[in-house]
Amino acid sequence: MAQFSLNINGKSVQVDVDPNTPLLWVLRDHLDLVGTKFGCGIAQCGACTVHVDGEAVRSCSYPISIVEDKKVVTIEGLSEKGDHPVQKAWVEHDVPQCGYCQSGQIMSAASLLARNPKPTDEEITSAMNGNICRCGTYTRIKAAIKTASQTL
Amino acid sequence: MTLLNKKLDRRSFLKVSGLAGGGMMLSFSWLAGCKPTPEEVLTMPDEWFEINSYIKIGENGAVTLFNPNPEFGQNVKTSLPMILAEELDVDWKNVFVEQADFYPERFDRQFTGGSQSVRAAWTPLRTAGATARQLIVNAAAQSWNVPVAEITTNMGTVEHQASGKKAGYGEMASLAGTLDAPDPETIKLKDNADFKIIGQSKKNVDLQKIVTGKPMFSLDHKVEGMKYAAIVHPPAFGMKLKSFDKSSVTSLPGIQDAFKVKVFKDDYGRNFFDTTTFPEIIAIVGNSTWEVLQAKKSLQAEWEEAPESTFPMAGRGGQTRDISVPGGLENSSTHKEKMAEFQRKPGNIQRKDGDPEAAFKKAARVIERTYTAPFLAHNTMEPMNCFADVKGNRAIIYGPTQAPDFIMNALSSSLELPKENIQINLARMGGGFGRRAYSHHMVEAALISQKIQAPVKMVYTREDDMSAGVYRPTYSATYRAALDDNNNLLALHVKAGGIPESPLHANRFPAGAIDNYLAESWQIESNITIGAFRAPRSNFIAGAEQSFLDELAEEMGKDPIAFRLELLKRAETNPVGENNDYDPKRYAGVLELVRDKSNWSNVPDGISRGVSAYFCHNSYVAEVVDVSIKDRKPVVENVYAAVDCGVVVNPDAAANMGEGAIVDGIGNAFFGEMAFENGVPTKTNFDKYRMIRHGEAPKKIEVHFVESKEDPTGLGEPLFPPVFAALGNSLYKATGKRLYEQPFQPQILQIENLGM
Repeated sequence: MAQFSLNINGKSVQVDVDPNTPLLWVLRDHLDLVGTKFGCGIAQCGACTVHVDGEAVRSCSYPISIVEDKKVVTIEGLSEKGDHPVQKAWVEHDVPQCGYCQSGQIMSAASLLARNPKPTDEEITSAMNGNICRCGTYTRIKAAIKTASQTL
Repeated sequence: MTLLNKKLDRRSFLKVSGLAGGGMMLSFSWLAGCKPTPEEVLTMPDEWFEINSYIKIGENGAVTLFNPNPEFGQNVKTSLPMILAEELDVDWKNVFVEQADFYPERFDRQFTGGSQSVRAAWTPLRTAGATARQLIVNAAAQSWNVPVAEITTNMGTVEHQASGKKAGYGEMASLAGTLDAPDPETIKLKDNADFKIIGQSKKNVDLQKIVTGKPMFSLDHKVEGMKYAAIVHPPAFGMKLKSFDKSSVTSLPGIQDAFKVKVFKDDYGRNFFDTTTFPEIIAIVGNSTWEVLQAKKSLQAEWEEAPESTFPMAGRGGQTRDISVPGGLENSSTHKEKMAEFQRKPGNIQRKDGDPEAAFKKAARVIERTYTAPFLAHNTMEPMNCFADVKGNRAIIYGPTQAPDFIMNALSSSLELPKENIQINLARMGGGFGRRAYSHHMVEAALISQKIQAPVKMVYTREDDMSAGVYRPTYSATYRAALDDNNNLLALHVKAGGIPESPLHANRFPAGAIDNYLAESWQIESNITIGAFRAPRSNFIAGAEQSFLDELAEEMGKDPIAFRLELLKRAETNPVGENNDYDPKRYAGVLELVRDKSNWSNVPDGISRGVSAYFCHNSYVAEVVDVSIKDRKPVVENVYAAVDCGVVVNPDAAANMGEGAIVDGIGNAFFGEMAFENGVPTKTNFDKYRMIRHGEAPKKIEVHFVESKEDPTGLGEPLFPPVFAALGNSLYKATGKRLYEQPFQPQILQIENLGM
């Protein structure tokens, strides 16, 4: 076990965990930030996507020991009022079905648009291909990303 | 209607809902679009008055509607309350929706499966809404001392025009809650033409929670003092636990205990949904998810081959019979050989019209094709998990289940607690697709909690989940057609089976349209467990049948849609045999609609097009799939679907689910496959088990609904089965190769110079 000082959603927090603990489980079990989901544990499905220093990472395969000093943003911290352009576009297109993968989808989309506000179809596909949606909402996700892109 | 007559007073309602919540679930969702402004919605009332099991109204006019059915993405949590709100005649903006927990004494059929939620709830929920409205009217009549017949309602207000009296529902709710419910026979339901909410798209009531990552799933649940548990199950079908060394994990950091969990008692008479692959598993309990997941890797356990065994299955009327589970470590290669062998042997005749043997004898030509598909894993995004708090003689279970009613007996038996001491609370599910109709995970979590006498959250890893069975079976079907010299269809013969069940629906189309028809089935035993998977059986046989009809149409020189319509015309005007379980006119209707919407005859340049149609879960669907070849790979460009499922309650959400079913079908047709080597599943995570991803989804999907006044029928499943053949038939046009074996992708990769 070791002490880690973290910056999560703009707040400083301390946790005492095994240094190999993935960021995902620190968020979920220790910080009660459960919007970030567990899907596969091997960075293959994207349900656990969060931003670390602005970049989309798979938190299930990101040990807490390398997080220190970096800024982590989770779905809970993406916007204060749930009104990030991507969240608004998700609402406009009524994207989710079961909803389980959508935090990860939204975090991947937000990261894409932050670095590339006007992505092409191919760029959207390439940025989103690591996020599985078992319910099959892909066409709505793409439409929502395009809507969000227009507002940026 | 029993539940409508049952009157619980407000005090007793609060008592049960307190139990339902266990202090954790009494949250409310704002509806009203997604971001209501303060002026648009009412605030939480000071007091709620229960009108019936589904409806309570606050003194300020706010309305809470309970969604009785488990929600797994099919959006019943929005569509069922819409049905209630319609007949209650309230403003959707002032509606809260709450997920009901499992209360069989309050709610009918709390089950998600068979695409039946809206169909089964249609009349009961309309009646519940209309009855509540009538109580408000009766209360107003009593308060104002005017005749009931002179009172009207409109969007949450009640009015007596002659006297000019007008009130909000909230002002009448207190009195209405004390009145006797009117006789359901006297309740008048709205004409479809007067619907104000049904048929108007309403956003998912949990949309804002989903996009902001609020806790909604049982995996998100946490209470004070809660422990975490992981499980270890045998590594193969046909294996069981021999022994394990508890000390291999109990000295690890954060680990409290490890013990064996026996899911069902030996003498427990299981029901059809009490499927579990591994009746004995090991549980590891500790202080955090990561610590118990780490301990799994260190656990020393010995496994051994399980001999053939039996378990009691409860039948109707208290009879039980023994079900046998074969021993042995099975292989996919052997499965294929066995299925081919059974295809050559006579099967069990399920239907015979005319004289098919004679027709085949005199045929000028016989076309015979065999189709196969592998086992499939459901792979819900949220792995199996469950929260349980079992202390003393009380149990609270909060988990993802499509079928709480089906697991209650097992919980009661395994925990040795009476049913009334067990509360099942319904979590939103991260997908289901049939998998969560089998809720052994709830029993496992409950037994773990009982053992440690503390609340626990048990979670499967993806590997545990994918290798735990309850798969879609592997199937095979051989179709034969007899043609005469003039290419007239003389006879059709289908022989279909699988491991361990047959996919045959002997009385569905094209039965009824062909004079000489023979349908046979067969099945092969296995210890690989199976379960319902989105449109069970239909999800295979539709692909085989509709691929064969496509090839047959080509051989007969006919347009594939025209050929199907011809057969349907025959079934409509001069049906062969009896018990044909489809309506040929509605069937033809969706083919005609998809022909129109896809502009069938005008195929765009560079596009190859295939069609398919199927009837299941009381609904009719036809689909056209357009593919192109780009960079030597097939690309699904457009999908057009035409659906006849009666009245559509929430059109945009219905389209969303249809789009999802189409994507699901394309994914499973191209990639879906679970295989076995010596009983071991060859794929245990998404690195090897290929799921459809963004880049493989169609560029465009259009879902068109037939305008209908018929009562609603199934929707979650019917769009799935037709995809396989519509895709296969379009890929044939694009590649020149007929695809007889799923998954398609490995065969497509073998085609050289595709599109060159």
